[in-house]
Amino acid sequence: MAEKDYIISLQGVTKSFGNNTVVDDFNLDIAKGEFVTFLGPSGCGKTTTLRMIAGFETPTSGQILLNGEDITRIPPHKRPINTVFQRYALFPHLDVYDNVAFGLKLKKIPYEKVNKKGETVTKYRHFTRQEIDEKVMRALKIIDLEDLENRDISTLSGGQQQRVAIARAIVNEPEILLLDEPLGALDLKMRKEMQLELKDMHKKIGITFIYVTHDQEEALTMSDTIVVMKDGVIQQVGNPIDIYNEPVNAFVANFIGESNIYNATMVGKLKVKFLNRVFDCIDDFPLNEKVDVVVRPEDVEMTPVKGEGDDSRLKGKIVTKIFKGIHYEYVLMVGKSEIVAQSTKDYAQDSFVYIDVEPENIQIMKRSSTENVYPEAYLDKNNKLIISDAEFDVDITQLLKGSHVDDALYLIGPDGKKYDLDDADVIASIDFNDVQIVDGHDNGNVNGTVVETIYKGDHYAVLVRTAEEEDYILATDDTWNEGDLVSVIVDPSKIRLVLKGDLSKYEVE
Amino acid sequence: MKSNEAATKTPKADKKAKAKRFFALQRKYLCIPYIIFFILFIFAPIVIILFYAFTYEVVDPATHTAHFEFSWQPLVNFFTDPSKINVLFVSLFIATITTLICLIIGFPLAYFLADKKINKNAVLVTLFVAPMWINFVLRTGATRDLLTWFGINGGTHPYLATIIGMVQNYLPFVILPLYTTMTKLDKSQIEAAGDLGANPAQVMFKNIIPQAIPGIVSACLMTFMPTMSSYVISDVLSEGKITLFGNYIELEFTNKAWNDGSFMAFVMLLFIAVTMFISQKFGKDDEKEAGQW
Repeated sequence: MAEKDYIISLQGVTKSFGNNTVVDDFNLDIAKGEFVTFLGPSGCGKTTTLRMIAGFETPTSGQILLNGEDITRIPPHKRPINTVFQRYALFPHLDVYDNVAFGLKLKKIPYEKVNKKGETVTKYRHFTRQEIDEKVMRALKIIDLEDLENRDISTLSGGQQQRVAIARAIVNEPEILLLDEPLGALDLKMRKEMQLELKDMHKKIGITFIYVTHDQEEALTMSDTIVVMKDGVIQQVGNPIDIYNEPVNAFVANFIGESNIYNATMVGKLKVKFLNRVFDCIDDFPLNEKVDVVVRPEDVEMTPVKGEGDDSRLKGKIVTKIFKGIHYEYVLMVGKSEIVAQSTKDYAQDSFVYIDVEPENIQIMKRSSTENVYPEAYLDKNNKLIISDAEFDVDITQLLKGSHVDDALYLIGPDGKKYDLDDADVIASIDFNDVQIVDGHDNGNVNGTVVETIYKGDHYAVLVRTAEEEDYILATDDTWNEGDLVSVIVDPSKIRLVLKGDLSKYEVE
Repeated sequence: MKSNEAATKTPKADKKAKAKRFFALQRKYLCIPYIIFFILFIFAPIVIILFYAFTYEVVDPATHTAHFEFSWQPLVNFFTDPSKINVLFVSLFIATITTLICLIIGFPLAYFLADKKINKNAVLVTLFVAPMWINFVLRTGATRDLLTWFGINGGTHPYLATIIGMVQNYLPFVILPLYTTMTKLDKSQIEAAGDLGANPAQVMFKNIIPQAIPGIVSACLMTFMPTMSSYVISDVLSEGKITLFGNYIELEFTNKAWNDGSFMAFVMLLFIAVTMFISQKFGKDDEKEAGQW
């Protein structure tokens, strides 16, 4: 019965194009009348998910339920769902009125009729011209374009076309309205206006909105629920306040709003150490766990240092000061780390301030990974480690203490036993610090593209993805841009190997 | 201000002086070859056609010399000769049928060819257009032999044979403009139509065909008029049983009836003018690009 509360449920929805999985095990329930936003960088699968709800794409696996009924394989024209397209997709051969009336003219509505035998039968009819007229005019009124009904589409401005596209969708009274980055083509001012209008419209007509955007501000402004996505996987689902204040990982924190993100370690019960200081916090994590910490710039409290100052408090030097209208934005240096802070108070450039952060403003996030792990790696006949297409000269003697490799490339144990590790499956792991990044292709072990960078106060965590979809996370002092073509150099002697299964099965003779 | 004016005047004066001294090649001179071509091969023939279409040869009984006088006689001859009117209608009929069949075959074909998944690197389109590379008299002769082999010879089925030949000949001219418009179809519009409740057939009639109108107009233009005026195809395939407008004009000229022949050519010109006018109404600016073939 729980399903009844939700208008639409996506259950384990996965979509692959060839070998490329765009949406991976997507589970989400959306309540009736909700304003849900799919938020994520381009290529995160948000639009594909929307297109599966609309019916333009069929999931590779999983189910989509509408009011508890499976609609996974129903074509778009049979779904009570309408879409506002990114570039409007208005019909240029029709005028405003006919564009809006397009769906109504096609729609058939059931009505009951008593036939000659006296039975009541359900028949279908089209809307009458008068009914269409009323509905179209009402829709045009909602979008404030009543006077433009006879205008040609090509004579409308971008904002007006946008409104027509919305009217064309809502006039059909869909159960769900899908909006695919509908404000992307508008200028900033128009966009802000339309955001508020859309929110108003949502309240007024009360249908469920599913909105797709890569603009975090838009998502925070408009939504009841935000679904943050990355690489086809949901990162976090929550209301805007929770998403902003309690991001579950560094990606979400970095993507939503400005933030200071640091590597930190739990050093005691409700105590976390970062910036070389121990802070009180309210999130309970196991002792010694390596975590990410996020502090929002507006939560950094500053007090001017007077005289010699107190060395027991955290001090920072203001290195940059930017006036932002309502507040100042400061960049503080604490040792080698940067902190971005916002304050309405005016502090002098190059002066020192004490830095305090309230325990509840320190958001501690589980690290998704603390090292690069490749569970699908294997050794080839030359005892080289193969990770996807890349090969590394690893030291395989680490698999057995006191062993060495003989001339025929067999691993010889201390007891003289011989092992042939050709095709042995291993789990390889590399520390972030043992991976280097260099410009250009073919300058290192692996080629790839920078897909994500997160600033951690004194260094960047950079995620490089290869053509074979293998990820290398590394720490670097330099700035890299997303989309940069780079090479990754791995120090092979630092690669740790763990054999899958027991060594004894590789024994020969 | 005054000193400024003086300063601007001097370079202008210089330029004039230079132009007088040398023949300066300007961009507009590049159209001179075309203008010569236009006058010799387009403008002059039309003037000659008009001249013959509205004159008649009068032989002076006294001197026995012939001269041309303005006359409505060719017009009267055309509209009073039932065989000519008949030829006109037969030509219109064959042209219409040919155009329709070409569209019916060409439209879905172009639609599928425009799908990149089916037609990788446009190889298939090239295959469909390849017949255009063969001399069309040869091609028509081959078609006749092939049709005779199938039992459809000009003697027994003149209309069928002619129409098959026409369709075969003009199909590439339909496919290419349609293909060009189809590759430019707005996919999101098609999706939008489906999203708004149109089933696949409704999507075709309410969105794809309206989007393809410029290509359809261009395709019709490329087929209808050439079909009406062609005479080799009907001559060869119907074994002389079908006389089209083009055949008749040729006949008039070989019979030295220049005035009547010219008037028929003038009727043809009127048809072309009307179709051009109609196509401009529909085609708008896209038509030019689709019509590049």
